[in-house]
This record gives sequence, C-alpha cells and structure tokens, in this order.
Amino acid sequence: MSATPVTQPANTGMAIDDEVIVGLEIHCQLDTKTKLFCGCSTDYRDDPANTHVCPICLGLPGSLPRVNRKAVEYALRVGKALNCGIAPEAEFARKNYFYPDLDKGFQITQYDKPIAVKGYLDIEGDDGEKRVRITRVHMEEDPGRLVHKGAADRPKYTLVDYNRAGIPLIEIVTEPDLRSPKEARRFLNKLRATLEYLGVFDSEKEGSLRVDANISIQPKGWFEREGKGKADRGRVEIKNISSYKGVEKALTFEITRQKNLIRRGQKLESATRHFVETRGVTTSSRSKEMEQDYRYFPEPDLRPLRVCDWAMEIVLPELPDARRARFMEQYGCSPIHARTLTGELKLAEFYEKVADIDTALAATWIADTLLGELNYRDMSITLVPPEQFRELLVLLREGSVTDKSGVEVLRVLLDQLKETGRCEGARACVDRLGLRIIVATPTLTGEDPVMEAAKEALAEQPQAVADYRAGRKEALNFLVGQVMKKTRGCAKPGDVNKVLADLLEEG
Amino acid sequence: MASVTFSPDDRYNAFITTLSGAETGPGRLSGIPVAVKDNISTRGIPTTCASRILTGYIPPYDAHVVTLLKREGAAIVGKTNMDEFGMGTTTENSAFGPTLNPADPTRVPGGSSGGSAAAVASGMVRMALGTDTGGSIRCPAAFCGIVGLKPTYGRVSRYGLIAYANSLEQIGPMARNVEDVSLLMEVLTIHDPRDSTTIACPYRHTPDPTIRGLKIGVPEEFFGEGVDPRVASVVWEAITRLEAQGAEIVTCRMPSMAFALAAYYVTCTSEASSNLARFDGVRYGPQADTRRTWHESFQEQRREGFGTEVRRRIMLGTFALSSGYYGKYYAKAQAARQQVRNDFLRLFRTVDVIAGPTMPTVAFRLGEKTDPLSMYLSDVLTVPANLAGVPAISVPCGTSEGLPVGLQVMGQWFRDENVIDVAAACEQGVSS
Repeated sequence: MSATPVTQPANTGMAIDDEVIVGLEIHCQLDTKTKLFCGCSTDYRDDPANTHVCPICLGLPGSLPRVNRKAVEYALRVGKALNCGIAPEAEFARKNYFYPDLDKGFQITQYDKPIAVKGYLDIEGDDGEKRVRITRVHMEEDPGRLVHKGAADRPKYTLVDYNRAGIPLIEIVTEPDLRSPKEARRFLNKLRATLEYLGVFDSEKEGSLRVDANISIQPKGWFEREGKGKADRGRVEIKNISSYKGVEKALTFEITRQKNLIRRGQKLESATRHFVETRGVTTSSRSKEMEQDYRYFPEPDLRPLRVCDWAMEIVLPELPDARRARFMEQYGCSPIHARTLTGELKLAEFYEKVADIDTALAATWIADTLLGELNYRDMSITLVPPEQFRELLVLLREGSVTDKSGVEVLRVLLDQLKETGRCEGARACVDRLGLRIIVATPTLTGEDPVMEAAKEALAEQPQAVADYRAGRKEALNFLVGQVMKKTRGCAKPGDVNKVLADLLEEG
Repeated sequence: MASVTFSPDDRYNAFITTLSGAETGPGRLSGIPVAVKDNISTRGIPTTCASRILTGYIPPYDAHVVTLLKREGAAIVGKTNMDEFGMGTTTENSAFGPTLNPADPTRVPGGSSGGSAAAVASGMVRMALGTDTGGSIRCPAAFCGIVGLKPTYGRVSRYGLIAYANSLEQIGPMARNVEDVSLLMEVLTIHDPRDSTTIACPYRHTPDPTIRGLKIGVPEEFFGEGVDPRVASVVWEAITRLEAQGAEIVTCRMPSMAFALAAYYVTCTSEASSNLARFDGVRYGPQADTRRTWHESFQEQRREGFGTEVRRRIMLGTFALSSGYYGKYYAKAQAARQQVRNDFLRLFRTVDVIAGPTMPTVAFRLGEKTDPLSMYLSDVLTVPANLAGVPAISVPCGTSEGLPVGLQVMGQWFRDENVIDVAAACEQGVSS
C-alpha cells in the first residue's frame, strides 16, 4: 500500500473536539569513546566498512560482552537529568530476532528492568509550560547497518557493515503527553539540549538520533478519561525518523492522513508505518513485523547492574533551565532571548564568550540575527570563530557601522566560513567594503559626505523638493531614501533627516 | 620454539582435528600433550562444535583457557569430538561420527565431552579440557574411568567457549588422576575480566587425601528410582571406604531433585535457542544461497547445518521463551533453580561435601538410547550441580559388569579444593 495522497489541508476533517495524542521513543547514541560491550572505537563514520570490529561486536562464537562503565555513567546522567528514579537493580536482556545486521541473532537491551524509570521533562508547550512524563530510559546496543547496492528501488545485492554494531544507545520513552507536532519538536529540542549539556550526546554525528512516534487522534479529553489502550481509533507507530524536522513533518503528514480517514468515516486500525524522509510521507509497512515475538530473557553473560549508590554520587552539570534562569539573572537577557540562547549548548557557550562586550547587544545579535543567518545557510554555530564575532560586536557598539552594515558584514563572513572554513577579520571586512559609518558633521561646509549626498539628492529631485515645500511632508521620506542609497547605508538615518531638513529649511 | 610430535592411532574417533607438530614452551605444562574440546576457540585451528554449521570456521582468537595453556607451555595436540554444541550424553550426536569408549569400544564414552575423555582414557593425551553444562565432563569421565571436574560457576573464564547454555556451563579439567586434574585447575583459574560472570579466585592447591572429620552428605534421591542397583552398590562401597578413612557420612534429602531435570532442560534449551541464533551463514560457516531472500537463506542454512538434536533443543527453547509461555516454562524453571540452590545452601550448613553416583548406569551400548527423553533422564544426577553452580567432580570408584563407575562429589561454592581432596581420598581407596 502506498501513502494516501494529501488532498485536504491539515485543518479539515477533524472535529472541533478531537485532539492529537503523541508519544515518542527516542534512540540516542551515547558519545562514548568505545562501544558498549567491547573496546572498539566508536569513531567509525568516515572509515571503510567493518574496520571498527572485533570478535565481541561481530558476535563471533565464544565471545562475551563486558559492560562499558562510561556508558552506564552516561545513562545514569540522563536518568537523573530527566528526573527519573534509578532502578536498585537494572538488568540487560536479550531481544531475539533474525536480521542480517544483527550479528548475534539477538540484541542486548533492557526489558523489564531498565536503568531509569518514571521521570519528566518540562517544555514550552502549545499552552505554556508543560510537563512531559518520561516512562523509562534504557540502555542497548546498536545493530550493524545494511548497505544496498544497485538501483535504489531494486537493489542488486546488500552488504553488511558492522562498524555501528555495539555502539551504545539509550532509548527514552515518553508517556503520550504531547498534543501537536510542534510540541513533539519542542520536546526533542529540549531533550537534545539536555543531552548535550550532560556531555553524553553529539547531535552533529549522522544517525546519532532516531525517533519512533506513536500518534492517534481521539475525542478531546479521551486520554485523560480512559488512559492507554481502550481507544476506538487505532494508534499508528511511525518508525525510523532520523531528524528533528522529520518528526514534525511525519506527524503533520500522519495527522492529515488520519483526519482524512476519519472524515470519510473509515475505521482507523492500529498499524506500523515508515517515514520516507525524501518524500515527507509515511507508508504502510508489513504487518508481519508487528507480530514479532522477541522472546526476551535476562542476558546470562552479564550481571545485574546495581548502580543506585553510584547514581547518587554523580553531580550533574548546569542544565538548560538553570542556564536560562542564570542568563536572565546574570546578563539581563529577556525571557525569549534567554530561552533561545540556552536552547543549544554550543550557542549558550558562544554567547558567554562574547557577552562581556555588551550583554544586550550580544543577545540581540546572536538570537535575532546570527541564528537566522546560520539556519539559512544550514551552518552550525561551531563554525563561527567567537573572536570575529566579538570584533563585529565592538564595531557595532562603538557605532563604527550601522546595523544594516553589520548584517552585511556578518553575511560576508558566514559565506566565507561556509566555503573555506575561515574568514577575514570583521574590522578588515568593514574597511575593505567601505562600510565604516559616515558621521554627519553639523557644519554646512560641504565637506561632510552626508551633506554632499543630501545636496546631490536635492539637486536631482526638484519635484520632490517642490512637493515638500508645497506641504507634502512625506516627500522627505523619499529624499531620505535617496541619500541612504548614495551613502550605501553607512549614514545614520537620524543624521540624514536632520541634514535634509536643515537644507530644505535654508533653501 | 620446540614442538611435540603427535600422530596417534585414533581408533576411538576421539579427535575431530589433530595437530602433528604442536608448539610447546617452558612452564608447568611444558611438553605435555593436551587435548581441547572442539567447542573451545583456538586461533588458527578449526573449531566446529561437531556441527556442519561451523564448517570452515577458523577462530581469529584464542579462548582464555587456551591462552593460559599456551602460557604454561602445554602442547595443544588436537580438538576433540563431542555431541554437537554439547547437546547429548553419548557423543553420538556429532557430525564427525560417534566416539567409542576405550573401556569397551561397543559402548559410548558418555558426553558431551566424550572425545576428551576417550583421548585421556586411551592414553593418547595426559590431560584434556572438557566443558560441562549438565554433566558433560563428569558423565564421560565416569563412563571412561577417568577424573573430571566441573569447577564452581564463575571460577574459569568462558571467554572463547562457544556457548550452549551460558548460565550453566563451565570449562574444566579431565585427566587420569586427581593430581593432574588439580594441576590443570591451577592453570585454568587465572582471572579473566572479559567474562563478567567470573570472580578472581585462583585455585592454588595440592590434593590432600586426609579427610578425617569431613562430613559427607549422601542424598537419598541419588540412590532412588532409575539408578542401577549394581552401580549404586559400587558407589556405596566407595562411600563406606571414605567413612573408613575418617569421614563422617550423613544421609540427607534433596527434594528439589524432583524438578531439577525439568528446570535444567527448560533453561538450557532456552539459552541455546538464543545462543545458536547467530549461525545464519552471513559471517562464517557454509555460504548461504545469496539469490534467495535473507529469511529463506537463513532457514535453509539452519535446517541443513544443525543436526536433529540441536534442532529439537532450539525448538524447545524457542517455545519456552515465547510470549504466553515464558511464565509457564522459563520463569518457573528459574524458580525451581532457586529451590535447587536453596537445597544446597541448607545441606552445606551441616555437611562439607555431597556425594553420590555420577551416572545412574554404566556406559550405554552404541545406539542403545534412541528415545530423547530416556537420554535426558540419565542427566538427573549431574544437573543439580550446574543449576546451583557448585563444583562437582567424578572420580573412578570401581567397576560394574567390568565397566567403570564414577563417584560424584559436590562441594560448596568456590571450594573446589574440597572435592579434589575427597576425590584424592577415593582414588587412594580404590588403588589400595
């Protein structure tokens, strides 16, 4: 079955009193140096297939797993940061199924004794602050990866790369507390920020985060009344979403699809669907996969984890909410700026590296300007050298460039960075482009460039001058625009206004 | 480096692979030919588990115990025959044909470490490594008339042992006398952090046959229904000799014996069904037909590659772990297993070791046991030690119908030294 085409806009079909119920399962790769059960390096991304492997992560007969202490510590940090209870005894279990990328024929995971349970994460919801409950956090190993060769739709053959096999993952499961794709996206952003603050996750690594989303549309208040599992309308699990944007897209698509079915009076069956990132749609997957019996049982080669005491000793670093409060307190950031600046660890760190120049100026320029320019270029903040940005802030603060020129310089520098990974100094760039501000001197000697430009403009636009004099004061705006054009935006609008007004007065 | 010439007349089919010029070096086992069961990984030497499914597999690494043998200068002269993946009590379930019992070549050597036992009993090697999941060292030791020790669970690293049932099995020493078993045990117990189920508890001991004042518990159940009265009487005589040597004999009860066998077979088949899932033909073993879909090729690979008994146990274990049956079988088996442990705990409050026959009968005739269930029943006396994880040794204590009979001695956790001492005393009693 192929995807149902979208024929209706997203806001039709749903009764006023329906609501969207979303729960997420998030798999994150923990950023350890070595794999979960062996000493192989996790830094495999640019290396040839099957070069980061050993008897253990290849599942060779006779090899035994040994738990990576660091991975457990990272999982405990996550559990604590998500306000979970740490299990007095956690246990690894085997999830048995056959697949060519699964070298042991089972995945070592956690089943009925996960390392952390029952927590929450506060996010900015659709109607203000919202608490999203976390069901559980558990540890598991990543399987290998299949590489299909030949045409995309009909591969000739498939190769298996086990470099990824054994990379430590945590799976975080939420309660179905989210009510819109936007909330889901916000939850993921907050979660990502939290994981990054904890130093356990690198979101820039390809494939480091994968999401399965459960979604259903139910009559409003149904969930609060009935809880899980008694719905008339089935629940759809969307598998294998590998980007933050993808989650919002997949959910939005799925809502439209489900609403259309409801509108046509069709019954919504529970199903598993796959998200096709390139087409932005979900497609039905074989029902066979749903009926898998994984035959979980405790992993006999590993001992239970008794890590409660250890968890108590772990001191967490400052997390996003605390940093946001501190930014408001320490730097006087507005709530909105503080939220934006602390929404990503690297952004927050960047801000703190330049904030000393002028806390408010830095906040505005990073949150309102730099971030947009970076998103437009699909660039990461890590590519921007804080020294160059500091220099630009200094120029802005001392009034050496106008805001408009500042943006122009920033764009030039970012383009250079994107292309070459390097950029010239901000000051050098201003001088090269001749963007240093033109300050109008109050004398009318004619040596002042603003005065020059104003005189020129008046000479060129007699009609406007006549209109102004005839009492059509809006003609002044047109003249100001002409002067700004002549000075390439380097003059201050206030100066131009004043000079023009003076000249027109005289004349 | 020196090498040991090894060109045995393997008339009992004890070996799957022999190595004519095995290397040897200095150490406590210098120059001693040692045979290794073919489910223990040996770098560069085929390791088959007596299964077609591992045809062509040459491990790229040594099991921890093999590293230790080499470190002490032992010459690893061959890989011994066994029941496929250790699943059997006779060494008849082998893709390489059955091993014969050197004591009577019309009979089985016991299993699953039958090749190791036959190699030792026939004098081809002085020592061998076996593995014991539910009696696989002690049964062939008893049937062939040699000494075999299943160490305490967690004392010898399983790293490199191709798993059948991880929570039950241990690698252990087999030899013609207690002294050699003890020597080999010293070599095998050097700690290995790669096996998380081990603890560092090296065995340093010289067998001491003085057992004056030692309390030996004898559970009634070990002489109950199904135990050949002739075997029982040979074992009782041996126990009486131990009493004469100064030990105190205490009869006792072990009620958990009633469900130990069931608990054992549910646990080992469950674990096996998962352990053996990796044999799918993708990474090693015979090449699968790549023109088929992967699940078709997995099916064919496993249908062709595994023998009947292995397929039967995979099916049983898969069933026992299935949703809806887990509670009825696997979980229940674990509860029963805890009762077995509790029985041992209770008994060890009053006795030092527990003794009884190793096997209910002498060695079977080749082909005698055709019904799997009656074969399973013959493990009834050996599985309790595996379920509880306690050390257990089989030592020759006489003969019945001219065939060897083994005395089994079980000890407290990590007191393998005690069972060695009792075995030494028994050995002394038999030879005198």
